Amino acid sequence: MDREQELLTGSVIGDEGVLVLEELARACGAEAKWIIELVAVGVLEPQGTDISLWRFRAADLTCARRVARLQRDFDASLDAAAVMLDLLNQIEQLRARLKLAGLDVE
Amino acid sequence: MEFKDYYKTLGVERTATADDIKSAYRKLARKYHPDVSKEVNAEARFKEIGEAYEVLQDTEKRAAYDQLGNRWREGQDFTPPPDWGAGFEFTQGRASRGEAPDFSDFFSSLFGNFARQADASRARGEDHHAKIVIPLEDAFQGATRTITLRAPQLDAQGHVALREHTLNVRIPKGIRDGQLIRLAGQGAPGAGGAPGGDLYLEVHFDPHALYRVESHDLSMTLPLAPWEAALGATVKAPTPTGVVEVKIPAGSQSGKKLRLKGRGIPGEPAGDLFLVLDVVLPKADTEQAQQIYHTMARELAFNPRKALGV
Repeated sequence: MDREQELLTGSVIGDEGVLVLEELARACGAEAKWIIELVAVGVLEPQGTDISLWRFRAADLTCARRVARLQRDFDASLDAAAVMLDLLNQIEQLRARLKLAGLDVE
Repeated sequence: MEFKDYYKTLGVERTATADDIKSAYRKLARKYHPDVSKEVNAEARFKEIGEAYEVLQDTEKRAAYDQLGNRWREGQDFTPPPDWGAGFEFTQGRASRGEAPDFSDFFSSLFGNFARQADASRARGEDHHAKIVIPLEDAFQGATRTITLRAPQLDAQGHVALREHTLNVRIPKGIRDGQLIRLAGQGAPGAGGAPGGDLYLEVHFDPHALYRVESHDLSMTLPLAPWEAALGATVKAPTPTGVVEVKIPAGSQSGKKLRLKGRGIPGEPAGDLFLVLDVVLPKADTEQAQQIYHTMARELAFNPRKALGV
């Protein structure tokens, strides 16, 4: 099979909620139950009210995978991982603002 | 392939207890975890640490690894002994949630064959994840990018090996930093005729020499001569889609932002391009230039420190 010639077109996931619960869980290699816990502690905020109507954005997937890594690699509880995530997000926002102000932090 | 000295990677003795290993791993993880670390090569280093821990924290894997003896040195050319793994039963590792670990060929040759036995029945392939870094210009024109990925794959004998494969991916116009491109069926192949998983590509932009990016907006510093800023002027400014003429209002100061609507990343709606004005002083390195500054000092009643009360 010569894949090198094939041009792949994907679908773009951005700020609009498109992923359903099962898709997000599968993309994280996790159970839907775990995603529901993430929503319950406020780490993820899906669009839609009812579980069957939940739709997740790109940031939710990035975020959920990050929590999975933090939990796995530090043996962190979900609450501890959520605090780490908040702090990491704050640092990233501050870095982004420094960068926008032309102050490079690297 | 190269031998990996997992004890050396974690900085512990071969006689280390399970607790020693755990605590050595924890310390290194805090230092090199790519989510929290700013060390150079944190990601590569953490992968090595994770692989070493995967083996040494697991009683079965550690016992099997120890059987190789201590005659091997880090980086030495290595082939698994023919009777390797006989009498051992490895269970699935820690990495049950999250991504399939992209461990070394050394790891795969020793433990890969066993880790996947549970997947033999019909099962959809796992989703894979990768990052792609593209120039900002791709978001304006669209592009085709070639990426090379390493993923564990089963061969005909049921052995796991890391395979490289190359994909050509269309980068759509209007893509933004942090967005994902989902390629259906490009993840791990399914087992027993089940569909393959998807591949999620996380898109990031290379840092750009001129533009800073925030969501779909761009900003750029636009240098101005003092008279352009003071009197107003029409000046040229580069944008990702070509040079434009910009009207600078009279009395502009450094730091003032001008918005060029719709000149950011294309889309519905398109982003904006912000020009941050920066007044640059000409050097006073000729007699004539000095004369002009002297004239300004004499003729303009200007105190830039008035607000400071001095």
